[in-house]
Amino acid sequence: MHGMRSSAMRDMMALTQRPEVISFAGGLPDLESFTAQLLEQLCAEVAQTGKDRALQYGATEGNAGAKRAIRTVMAAEGMQVEDEGLIVTTGGQQVLDLFARVLIDPGDVVIAEGPTYPGVVPVFSSYQADVRHIPLDEEGLDPALVETMLDELAHEGVRPKYLYTIPTFQNPGGTTMSVERRHRLVELAAERNLLVLEDNPYSMLRFEGEAVPTLRSLDQHGNVAYLGTFSKIFAPGVRLGWVEAPAPILARINLVKQAADLCSSSLSQGLVERFFTEHNWPAYVQGVSEVYRRRRDAMIAGMAEHFPPGSTWTTPQGGLFIWATLPPVIDTQDLLARAIRENVAFVPGMAAFLDGSGTSSMRLNFSAVSEERVAEGIKRLGEVACEMVELAERLGVQR
Amino acid sequence: MGEQAMEPMRVAVLCGGRSFERAVSLRSGAAVEDALRELGHEPELIDTGPDTSRQLAVGGFDCAFVALHGEGGEDGAIQDLLELLHIPYTGARAAPSRGAYDKSHTKRVLIAAGLPTPPFVSLAARALQEFGAADAVSEAVDGVGLPLVVKPSTGGSALGIRLVSDAGELPRALVTAMSYAPHVLLERFVDGRELSINVLGTESPRTLPAVRIRPRQAEWYDFESRYTHGQTEFACPTDDVSDAELAEAERVALASYAALDLSGFGRVDIILDSDGVPWVLELNSIPGLTDTSLLPLAARTAGLELADVVRELLVDALREAAAET
Repeated sequence: MHGMRSSAMRDMMALTQRPEVISFAGGLPDLESFTAQLLEQLCAEVAQTGKDRALQYGATEGNAGAKRAIRTVMAAEGMQVEDEGLIVTTGGQQVLDLFARVLIDPGDVVIAEGPTYPGVVPVFSSYQADVRHIPLDEEGLDPALVETMLDELAHEGVRPKYLYTIPTFQNPGGTTMSVERRHRLVELAAERNLLVLEDNPYSMLRFEGEAVPTLRSLDQHGNVAYLGTFSKIFAPGVRLGWVEAPAPILARINLVKQAADLCSSSLSQGLVERFFTEHNWPAYVQGVSEVYRRRRDAMIAGMAEHFPPGSTWTTPQGGLFIWATLPPVIDTQDLLARAIRENVAFVPGMAAFLDGSGTSSMRLNFSAVSEERVAEGIKRLGEVACEMVELAERLGVQR
Repeated sequence: MGEQAMEPMRVAVLCGGRSFERAVSLRSGAAVEDALRELGHEPELIDTGPDTSRQLAVGGFDCAFVALHGEGGEDGAIQDLLELLHIPYTGARAAPSRGAYDKSHTKRVLIAAGLPTPPFVSLAARALQEFGAADAVSEAVDGVGLPLVVKPSTGGSALGIRLVSDAGELPRALVTAMSYAPHVLLERFVDGRELSINVLGTESPRTLPAVRIRPRQAEWYDFESRYTHGQTEFACPTDDVSDAELAEAERVALASYAALDLSGFGRVDIILDSDGVPWVLELNSIPGLTDTSLLPLAARTAGLELADVVRELLVDALREAAAET
């Protein structure tokens, strides 16, 4: 049944890419402030400083220059890493795939947030993982609930293969795990020998509030594997991410990556090397964060004005996504059908779960849409949601 | 029809668009484009949108192949436009397209023609919003009987269809169906073997071999999966339908096609009950033409390639256009 729903959803999603659609469905960064001149300059630098390297196959684990860029980015978040501990990958998505491929046999249990990243759902499905969701609250994932789940699993005689989490500006939840919880989760991982995959694409896109330490920076025992990406702090078109993981896992990832694509693009690695070692990348990241903050504000203002009473939503302090939950009479997949007729799109909440939940929720992306279009799209969305609630009330739908 | 040579033509292949069946339509369009090339024509693929009318007006097309499924393509909209632009086009004419696109209209025509279609009532969202019809809904259940199927009255995809076996589930099913179309119908659920019969031709329509559709898992809750590729398997020729049952289903399919005044081609979706009665659920005026679609499968069983079907549709399109002028 979920299979059918997802294929129905794919049919609808095919419509969201039309130009007239105001789409809150994607996860696209805004590239307007990344100028053509900057790209030209980076290309020229790559051509002049390492043409052959950029055009040649590279090592499976990645080139030294790209690793230097990665170390720079991780150091900015308080993490010191060695080149040997890193593999450069084809986007963060490849890490999700390779990690699952080397660790999951059909039926193995993985713990994930609920909701979890919609892009990991097909990964877990294709490796036939048994995914157990843990609900999020305002402070993100609760280690106490993780502990309870570990106890329950132990009772069943099951050891989860790993815990997958996006602690900062979670996609799609928009929540950030509190510092206390981070400390506790890392401790718990050590106590229970639990492998944690920390996915951290968004933490540098902070609009307000204090920066929080990554789980990886708190981990003293090698329980936390770390996934990074250049997609949101540079550009998704370079398709570059990375993984830092315990040596035995890294060795297996290296093998399967070799089978998958030999190496990630050397040309792209040249571009990120130049950008993150020779240019003022923190200023660029700060600039896009400011753009996103304004768009987030426009979205929240629109929801407050137009969404039906009883709706709730998260107010992310950074990142790209808001998670909104509508009155329970609304199935957001049905709402999407109505919204598309009004040329507005979003991701129905069900796409963020493997167990069929999330039916009244939705993921809204604000980074890729101008403030004016955000306001207009949210207004239309609110109107169709209100119509739907009214119809449900007339019919006496109960839940 | 024969194999008479046809002058090479410039053919606009209209596909994509903005219906919920956009993805399938794009694949149908691509398959038709290949077939047209194979026939020596010059196809031009048009993903329909705001620019379509202009493209058609200035494109110098001899004919248009309508490969748009659902809204825009099966509801008569593109056909009206093509008539306005005097471009010959494949498939049903505008008015019959509109008729077949609306399932309640289709069922009324079938009933008037004495053809079997499950009992139903139709309901407009407007009646709920403006006329307080919510109270009448429970009577609808009594009239139709349980279990029943709630479906959007228009739209060819499986989206929005719900099986209701308990009256308490009806309100939510109505909200779902009404999210896809302003009119919905409540139709008695008929259990039986699902058949799809494709019809080809305009002056003397004929059936292609029937396709038997079987859900991979025949469980009750899995009703919706019947409408989804990958969860269903197809048998053509059929393997669990008697000759007499098949003959009756084909007769009903042809009579339905004629009653709805379809032309070119069409697909008749049928449930064959245990008494052998072929209940017609709906007609599709522009069946899917992808390599996994039912019409190409049925055609292959009859020894026809998609190119043969496309050639016949073009001949019919030109003849219909000539007859109208």
